[in-house]
Amino acid sequence: MQRLRVRYAKRGRLRFTSHRDISRAVERAVRRAGIPVAYSAGFSPHPKISYAGAAPTGVASEAEYLEIGVTTPCDPEQVKRGLDGSLPPGLDVLDVVEAGPGALADRLEVSEWEVRLPGADRELAEVAAEKFLAEGTVEVERLTKKGPRRFDAREAVLGLAVSEGAERFAAQVLGEPCVILRMVVRHMTPAVRPDDVLTGLRLVADFAPPVPPEVTRLAQGPLDASTGALADPLGLDRDTTRGGEAGPAGEHVAG
Amino acid sequence: MPVESIFHRLEALLPKVQKPIQYVGGELNSTVKDWDSADVRWALMYPDAYEVGLPNQGVAILYEILNELPGTLAERTYAVWPDLEALMRAEGVPQFTVDAHRPVRAFDVFGVSFSTELGYTNMLTALDLAGIPLVAADRGEDDPIVLAGGHAAFNPEPIADFLDAAVLGDGEQISIAISEVIREWKAEGRPGGRDELLMRLAESGGVYVPKFYDVDYHPDGRIKRVAPNRADVPWRVHKHTVMDLDEWPYPKKPLVPLAETVHERFSVEIFRGCTRGCRFCQAGMITRPVRERSITTIGAMVDNGVKESGFNEVGLLSLSSADHSEIGDIAKGLADRYEGTNTSLSLPSTRVDAFNIDLANEFSRNGRRSGLTFAPEGGSERMRKVINKMVTEEDLIRTVTTAYSQGWRQVKLYFMCGLPTEQDEDVMGIADLAKKVIKAGREATGSRDIRCTVSIGGFVPKPHTPFQWAGQADHETVDRRLKALRDSLRGDKEYGRAIGYRYHDGKPSIVEGLLSRGDRRVGAVIRAVWEDGGRFDGWSEHFSYERWMAAAEQAGVDVDWYTTREREENEVLPWDHLDAGLDREWLWQDWQEAVSGGEVEDCRWTPCYDCGVCPTMGTEIQIGPTGRKLLPLTVV
Repeated sequence: MQRLRVRYAKRGRLRFTSHRDISRAVERAVRRAGIPVAYSAGFSPHPKISYAGAAPTGVASEAEYLEIGVTTPCDPEQVKRGLDGSLPPGLDVLDVVEAGPGALADRLEVSEWEVRLPGADRELAEVAAEKFLAEGTVEVERLTKKGPRRFDAREAVLGLAVSEGAERFAAQVLGEPCVILRMVVRHMTPAVRPDDVLTGLRLVADFAPPVPPEVTRLAQGPLDASTGALADPLGLDRDTTRGGEAGPAGEHVAG
Repeated sequence: MPVESIFHRLEALLPKVQKPIQYVGGELNSTVKDWDSADVRWALMYPDAYEVGLPNQGVAILYEILNELPGTLAERTYAVWPDLEALMRAEGVPQFTVDAHRPVRAFDVFGVSFSTELGYTNMLTALDLAGIPLVAADRGEDDPIVLAGGHAAFNPEPIADFLDAAVLGDGEQISIAISEVIREWKAEGRPGGRDELLMRLAESGGVYVPKFYDVDYHPDGRIKRVAPNRADVPWRVHKHTVMDLDEWPYPKKPLVPLAETVHERFSVEIFRGCTRGCRFCQAGMITRPVRERSITTIGAMVDNGVKESGFNEVGLLSLSSADHSEIGDIAKGLADRYEGTNTSLSLPSTRVDAFNIDLANEFSRNGRRSGLTFAPEGGSERMRKVINKMVTEEDLIRTVTTAYSQGWRQVKLYFMCGLPTEQDEDVMGIADLAKKVIKAGREATGSRDIRCTVSIGGFVPKPHTPFQWAGQADHETVDRRLKALRDSLRGDKEYGRAIGYRYHDGKPSIVEGLLSRGDRRVGAVIRAVWEDGGRFDGWSEHFSYERWMAAAEQAGVDVDWYTTREREENEVLPWDHLDAGLDREWLWQDWQEAVSGGEVEDCRWTPCYDCGVCPTMGTEIQIGPTGRKLLPLTVV
């Protein structure tokens, strides 16, 4: 069975989709696009589509990943076009590659987030970021389905920078400059999310943005140990399957 | 003048509410037109939550038809949950459409589709959030025409004060006609203002404008007469009937929601109308005559709908789907076509006979064989004769036994409680039936692994049915019978554990009864309930019987008088001036027949019994067979 790895974005108002909403939309888009998706056996067959590290409801993303098992080998470019054309605007397919060896989820080690804070004070944000980074641990509490949970939000944060830009999607203070936090966060258990870091900023420096933040995941992938930069998680697939492109279709047997 | 989107203001509220996705729109196949490209603009509302409203066929069809019409645009709006309502009030965000997030008040028409009366309070919330005065008489030139449709609009009197107009029956053609009247009036520079527009609509006899009719009452509270208060307004307003469903193959572009909804499937209406003659069934009375869609149009619509939507389930809708003259060929043709594609077919509303098992077997070829539903409706033979549901106990046992022996494990039986002339033993008959069903099933299969679920709904007498004169059973009686039935089922050692029991208490039916057969005086109750916080009355967690009773008392409305009181033949009923085509004398005669246990056949297969609809409305029965077959689609 060929497996295809898909990078997609959730943008604008579709950032309010939940993980379940997205999986229904993708299943329908796969059917509309006529992609020969494989089904599980059994009483209630399910299409073989799996998701890695989905961003929370309300958070936009330029780097979400899923994997589709297909019954006959497909051209990744065609799947990209077909799937993108079958999804509603705002769920946009950015990249499709044929899966090489190894699990995709294992490569998603860190995420880079952009957090836009309309109406926030830049200087206060900078002070808060400095204080946060100077701490060894910052205990925060988040309400989970199992009740309140306390954990350290500091260790996972590999980078935190403050800049400024124009507003993007909410127009509450349209045209006003907007404070932007960029953070690189390691995936851990429990997961440290951008709002946990914001909670941390409030705790260490009493920094609280006036309106709900607009959060976007810019990238996720493996951390390049030598450069400290975030690498493309599909790079490895491109490298290993490139040789196979010249071979006859159907050569990639399910591993 | 362009109307701006309020989305940026809404967006700031969305992180704070449950399931924000339901408010953002952006569904596949939704339409956003340039505001200035249209001179007639409709905001269409289904007055319930998005998850219930989005799959509604009526709104979806009108949305498409109006958007196809040149110079016309239509957008959708739904009831917002109380969490968002509170935030919208705090921030001054108006009721909006989900398509382009335009404020509802900016549209020419605010059309509300009422499948049930329990959406009335939600309409008031929407009006209020929109900044449109609740009472029609208070509206000005800048307010939209508030127009009701749907089955509940066949008696819009309880909400008459809040409506500018109502339309009865099929909406396809009349919504286009209304658009053209508005277009012309606007092009002429809105002569005579709102009133002249309403006059132009009312004169045709196809649009009901409540303010042009006065209601007089007898001293005892009964209605004396309902009469037009202007010349040129007709005495009666008639319903609309689309005569060739093949010419209206909607939906062509099915809306595919991102949020989870109650029906996740592509639905095709395979016919409209039903003449089985079940006396409790308002839908069957007001949608006559039967008009079938042809097998070939159904096939083409399913093909297109599945391709356009990506849904993996197809529903073949109607009031009694197995009655389509070519249902066997449709079922086999579709099952053949979609074999091996993981596309499932469903057939809601089926009757009790063995033919249905064949159909269900065909539909479940993919291997999913879970449950079958049958609706005997009445627990005793006598009761079934009263409601004209001609199913014998023998039929039922035979059908269910066939189902069990062909591998179905679960059968659901649907009944009603509180039917006219009902006695305790009629309801206890449900327990006997259920036990016999399990006994026969065990004998046929040699297995104890079979189940049956008894599901009970409370009967509410509805306008334009033979039971429109009936006294509704009080909730104490209904609750007592339901409890006795429960005890009999639960207490049975041999069969009790194989029988599931689902029911609701009788109180909500009383409120539904008040709204169904109410007159204009009931409007004050609706308003008082809404002012007291009443919302989402179709949801048990939001519904409050006490709130309704307190509001009725405050408004001086005697609930019993409207619900449990039996009416005399000559009493003027609040909806008598609204013409569903049914001959009043025939309805009365059928009511008398019901009490004496007389049955009526289906006029599709037996001679006409003069219900009055076809001659009054200029319509006729349209049924096959066409003799054509579905061709398998070529798989590319």
